[in-house]
Amino acid sequence: MAYVSFADRDHEQEHHDPDTFITKYVYSQDHKVIAIQYGGLAIFIGLVGMLLSSMFRLQLGFPETFDFINPENYYQFVSTHGMIMVVYLLTALFLGGFGNYLIPLQVGSRDMVFPFMNMLSVWVYALSVLILIASFFVPGGATGAGWTLYPPQSISPGTPGTDLGIVLMLVSLAVFIVAFTMGGLNYVTTVLQARCKGMTLMRMPLSVWGIFMATILGLLAFPALLVSAIMLLLDKLIGTSFFMPAMMAAGEVTEYGGGSPILFQHLFWFFGHPEVYIVALPAFGIVSDLLSVHARKNIFGYRMMVWAILAIGGLSFIVWAHHMYVSGMNPYFGFFFATTTLIIAVPTALKVYNWVLTLWQGNIHLRTPMLFAIGFIFTFTHGGLTGLFLGNVTLDLPLSDTYFVVAHFHMVMGVSPVLVVFGAIYHWYPKMTGRMYNETLGKWHFWLTFLGTYSLYLPMHYIGFLGVPRRYYAMGNTDFMPESAVTLNASMTISALIIAATQVIFLYNIFVSLKKGEIADGNPWKATSLEWLTPDTPPKHGNWGHELPVVHRWAYDYAVPGAEDDYTPQTVPASEVSVGRDHGIDH
Amino acid sequence: MYITLIMLGIIMATVIWWLLRQTLSVQPWVSQTADDEVSGASIDANKKTVGLMTFLAVAASIFALFISAYTIRMEEPDWRPLTEPTLLWANTIVLILASIVYHWTRNAAIKGNDARVKPGLTIAGALTVLFLIGQVVAWQELRAIGAYAANNPANGFFYLLTAVHGLHMLGGLWVWARSTMKVWTGAGADSVRLSIELCTVYWHFLLLVWIVLFGMLLST
Repeated sequence: MAYVSFADRDHEQEHHDPDTFITKYVYSQDHKVIAIQYGGLAIFIGLVGMLLSSMFRLQLGFPETFDFINPENYYQFVSTHGMIMVVYLLTALFLGGFGNYLIPLQVGSRDMVFPFMNMLSVWVYALSVLILIASFFVPGGATGAGWTLYPPQSISPGTPGTDLGIVLMLVSLAVFIVAFTMGGLNYVTTVLQARCKGMTLMRMPLSVWGIFMATILGLLAFPALLVSAIMLLLDKLIGTSFFMPAMMAAGEVTEYGGGSPILFQHLFWFFGHPEVYIVALPAFGIVSDLLSVHARKNIFGYRMMVWAILAIGGLSFIVWAHHMYVSGMNPYFGFFFATTTLIIAVPTALKVYNWVLTLWQGNIHLRTPMLFAIGFIFTFTHGGLTGLFLGNVTLDLPLSDTYFVVAHFHMVMGVSPVLVVFGAIYHWYPKMTGRMYNETLGKWHFWLTFLGTYSLYLPMHYIGFLGVPRRYYAMGNTDFMPESAVTLNASMTISALIIAATQVIFLYNIFVSLKKGEIADGNPWKATSLEWLTPDTPPKHGNWGHELPVVHRWAYDYAVPGAEDDYTPQTVPASEVSVGRDHGIDH
Repeated sequence: MYITLIMLGIIMATVIWWLLRQTLSVQPWVSQTADDEVSGASIDANKKTVGLMTFLAVAASIFALFISAYTIRMEEPDWRPLTEPTLLWANTIVLILASIVYHWTRNAAIKGNDARVKPGLTIAGALTVLFLIGQVVAWQELRAIGAYAANNPANGFFYLLTAVHGLHMLGGLWVWARSTMKVWTGAGADSVRLSIELCTVYWHFLLLVWIVLFGMLLST
């Protein structure tokens, strides 16, 4: 079959401009509208997740004060908070939201390659969110088994939500995976096949690299969650014993027998660990771009950054059992998984060095997106360092069931990616809406969020070292918990509430700026990558007007020595710029 | 989990090896003109083909994980091997035939032989439906002798694996139905050629999966 690349057949494409409100904003196949639908839904459910966390923080900070939080609610809030934040907020926002918005614009394509499937993806995602919310309103309420949903606890009487709650949770996850797969096929195929002329893989911005690799991880890892969800559902609904051992529940012998709960843990974490990188890699990519643009310097070690993304992606599949040290395993396995876990710190640390070196001698503009990007370097390094503790079996065993772990994973995959999300929203806000956000409010939002999260999570490490166990509804009177830990819990709750309240500033800023913000220039940051070079801002359906862009250089030509401007857009041919970066040490 | 690891190891190694090869010698910071005329695709294939290949990696990952779960669960002492219905042999032959006919139809479609595409497509689909009916009959046979899913994990896995495979088959039939409708309403082979080519790949893939699953079920 004669082969013509997608970009070369551009003139054959028909561009139907949607004209009615419904086709434009509801049943839209435009990647930008889908991105905003994905992002809006994800932020909405993320706010729900944040409210849930505020409620259980109230209980932890001020036990025996609030009547409306009983142990059942507490566990439901904690479980749903975890699931929402990891899957429905971060995965959906980074890949469905930023993936959809950035991939076609940054690689110079008119849209995703399968627009209809892309539209289905967002609607199926909406369905999964709906099922998740519904689980709160069925008899028995949402599941309270923890976000890991470990059997036998998750489907045995005594745990909240073992009737319909857990069923809806598992169904919702399965539906989410279908949605993600439809989106994921689009992202991978678009990056591979629909780049514009001259856009080689190594000329892609790192955002696209991060999202691309994260999607590959997601496509290969989410099946593990699907498989475990289906099998757990069968254990629950038709009484198979895939995971359920012979046991007594509520004083009666159950019909289950012989199943292996450890098998579930293996399947779950086989998904669960790559999931960390599904969230982290897009954040890595986006933060690289933010730092480079706002420091007016090319990213340090671009090629190394790409390889680090590949290496992290590959390694992320062979570290999963470090989540299961406390479940018990052959010591050699423990040794193996501790080693791989520590090895993955190498490419990750490499990325951190490169970010810092990008800032070195840069012309740093401390605008809101840059503040968030630099804040990310702090929180991520911090969370990464505590990861080194927990990667070792001997240290993990005593720390695993304490707040130290909670502090660690919130720093590394809660706070850090969320800071990038905010930075990215501010950074691309002018392109998405055509208006500028309010810089003062943005800075307030940053400082309150950044300092707030530190005052929340830094003490949490300390009470973890004291041995305060996580997952407990109330500590009661325990000897090992000094008065100071109780006070700290109260102060952490107050910090959490302040952070939650701070997000109102963010919402106010993005909604009010939609109408009242200054009209934005098409390229307010003087950036080089393609999304800033669209003929219209916000870009219209089809993105590029009549002609697709042609790319002549990488995305990081900032402050090229001797060049007239401090940035050279990707579409500028070499012949128009007399100087280049071919003077360096790489020859 | 070894099976999954090997499977995913191969997929990840291929992906990373391929990406590394694309990126190893490139120095994007050096201004150069040679690459400027590079067209926008990485792989010499239609976008739908790339989409399908990616999906096959996802499906392969699902089946590998089920197989891993099967082998791990099998080690528990309560496992009682299931005697598979003999009918499964017949079903396997039907599925092999479906794959062969689909391949034959594909060749006809590539040559633009409209006269052979119509019956070919119809027979391939009919054989696939026959396979699915056969699977359901096999389920009924097992239920008739009291081998329910909840009795034993081996039974549970049998129903589960056949069901998941059958669902993938149904998904394929949906695409098959669309191209068959087109052909029966008078469209030429050209308009459905790509669909037939991709379906052939999908059918071969599901045949391979079935043979692996069947072999595993028989041997344990």
